[in-house]
Amino acid sequence: MSPTLQAERSALAQGRRTLLRLATAGSVDDGKSTLVGRLLFDTNSVLTDTLDHVEQVSRRKGLHRADLALLTDGLRAEREQGITIDVAYRYFATPARKFILADCPGHVQYTRNTVTGSSTADVIVLLVDARKGVVEQTRRHLAVASLLRVPHVVLVVNKIDLVDFSEDVFNTIATDFALLSRSLGVGDSRVIPVSATEGDNVVSRSARTPWYDGPTVLGFLEHVDDTFVAAGSDFRFPVQHVVRPQSAARAPWAASAPEVDGDYRGYAGKVESGRVRVGDEVVVLPRGSHARIEGIDTPDGPLDLAAAGQSVVLRLDADLDVSRGAILASTEAPPAPTRDLHGTVCWLAERPLAVGSRVLVQHGTSLTKAVVKSVEGTLDLDFEVGSVPGWQATDRLQLNDIGRVRLALAAALPIDSYREHRGTGAFILVDETDGWTLGAGMAGPTPLHTASPGPVTA
Amino acid sequence: MTANDARRAGTPVRPEHGLRPLSELQALESESIHILREVAATFARPVMLFSGGKDSVVMLHLAAKAFWPAPVPFPLLHVDTGHNFPEVLSYRDEAVAFYGAELKVASVQDYLDDGRLRERPDNQRNPLQTVPLLDAITEGKHDAVFGGGRRDEERARAKERVFSMRDEFGQWDPRNQRPELWSLYNGRHLPGEHVRVFPLSNWTELDVWDYIEAEKIALPSIYYAHERDVVLRDGMWVAITPVTPARDGDSVEHRSVRYRTVGDMSCTAAVLSSASTVHDVITEVGLSQLTERGATRADDRLSEAAMEDRKREGYF
Repeated sequence: MSPTLQAERSALAQGRRTLLRLATAGSVDDGKSTLVGRLLFDTNSVLTDTLDHVEQVSRRKGLHRADLALLTDGLRAEREQGITIDVAYRYFATPARKFILADCPGHVQYTRNTVTGSSTADVIVLLVDARKGVVEQTRRHLAVASLLRVPHVVLVVNKIDLVDFSEDVFNTIATDFALLSRSLGVGDSRVIPVSATEGDNVVSRSARTPWYDGPTVLGFLEHVDDTFVAAGSDFRFPVQHVVRPQSAARAPWAASAPEVDGDYRGYAGKVESGRVRVGDEVVVLPRGSHARIEGIDTPDGPLDLAAAGQSVVLRLDADLDVSRGAILASTEAPPAPTRDLHGTVCWLAERPLAVGSRVLVQHGTSLTKAVVKSVEGTLDLDFEVGSVPGWQATDRLQLNDIGRVRLALAAALPIDSYREHRGTGAFILVDETDGWTLGAGMAGPTPLHTASPGPVTA
Repeated sequence: MTANDARRAGTPVRPEHGLRPLSELQALESESIHILREVAATFARPVMLFSGGKDSVVMLHLAAKAFWPAPVPFPLLHVDTGHNFPEVLSYRDEAVAFYGAELKVASVQDYLDDGRLRERPDNQRNPLQTVPLLDAITEGKHDAVFGGGRRDEERARAKERVFSMRDEFGQWDPRNQRPELWSLYNGRHLPGEHVRVFPLSNWTELDVWDYIEAEKIALPSIYYAHERDVVLRDGMWVAITPVTPARDGDSVEHRSVRYRTVGDMSCTAAVLSSASTVHDVITEVGLSQLTERGATRADDRLSEAAMEDRKREGYF
């Protein structure tokens, strides 16, 4: 067994290896596919037959070395047209972490792709070409990522070899980026000089950037703090279904499962944020009744504590009317159920959203009808470094617009502010007729620094 | 200062001492269970494809955990090509009983016998599965079909959603996929359409093996090293079976082999291996230099876009 694999196995055996979700963003020709290919290649995540194939295709194209960008080619149309159509998911791992990378194409439908990738990301990997620096697309992508509250941002200054590894060029870009991040309210950011083609500072440290003493891209990703992903946020638990087994037979595969009788009643779901202990008082939303946690059950045995990300079954000490769509929440600052939903919506469909449009709102595990009461303007992402996005008055949202919307709901939803709760502050808008996903919504104030608290109503 | 006050003040909140993020396998298991529960709660008639292969066994194990202490609330469906390994078929029936599930079988052989399908010139039966599969989905009025596909398997799959919409011909349109945001899975569809759901989307081959080891999940015996008569064809070790007999000029060898996937005998090849335990397999998989589909699946070698074509046609 190789030392790497051994380290990997032992980290895994101790349950220490964690999962980190990344999303990439960049504009055309900044080398994003090459960077992703380089990360896969240098972490030994590419196997021989895939690499053989890439080498063959590279030779056919008249290249004298393997074009790592080809590792991320997906569909036939993409290969034929040399474009990237849709978000693709890539996987690589080191002894410390497994990475799920949402590779988001930068040019076609960048809003849709960046919003999709950012919605689940812990880290956004943003690329710029060292020869061009921070450009309009960089500002837009960063604004979208911060709107979606991605906790960490890393700016990869790629093609540093094409500016002769110049510290001055790098510093200018880093200064621009720091200003941009500060004005948008980005939490944690980092800038790294890279040549994805040559491999400098991607996985191995480069001797050609002696003036840079920060981490490599992979080093950053391996050590970035992921503890507040599961952090001390308030407890939220959307109920997926009520568990009421008809029989009490013990399953042969679940030897360590607790005994269950015919009166068993539990609530299955995934802890969306925070944590809960046996004995904790919770409030059942939207009804508002209170109860204590009597038990946290799993087929692997009972637990004392369940934390963000865990799928469990909760039992309550009171016989309450709880069904799918309910949210169990901590009694400290629970969200007030409301039929008046005010939030920021990224519009992802060809058909526009206008006052009077009827849609479905999916939030947590509930789905409710809604009608658009007002569209209060769209975010103008054409802003300069040092300033912030402003608002433009409008009465409708078009494809790729990000706007302020007010919806009247058919049923009250206990919806949090997205600024504090990325899970229970998020919602999607769905077409009532054909089921298409129309928009991505974030409840409460716009989770991004903008020119004014909100747009002036058109 | 409470957690909320701290966040509003812009200070990152530190979890209390000792609380760590979930491990990789815990996080993957939990995500899959969440997906399985969402489907059971929002679709009228889900069905789970089950071949007895390792990915489908892991998926069944996760389903049993997701709905415990109640039984798995939907049936399993096996599309039997008639060329399955006998070891896998007997394992299939044992596993179904062990997890207390219900199994339906759609048979390619029935379709060949009554003329609804004809054998292909290359004798491969995997491409023939599509018609019986779509018929079984229609007849069972299934609106959601779970598959064990993973995004790391093949490049077309890297682009597929967890909830993948299919029209009445079962076709996948890669250029017209719904955005999938947060963990809000949207399964709304028109009558006649159905949704393929992939709970293992974010698992890699190594994750599947690690989980099999951690959860002590039993597998068909042919996943582990055993002695067999094999012949080397196109760089792949093909077992000598009634479906794939020796040809003139073959030099048949008796070797220790195992299978990385257990599809149809006519198109699944073995790899040379001495891995006789899960641990040995994990070591081998971790070090192996070939992707599992590339190493052993003749059906994916038909063309550069073989998987993409079959997915468009309604294959998983």
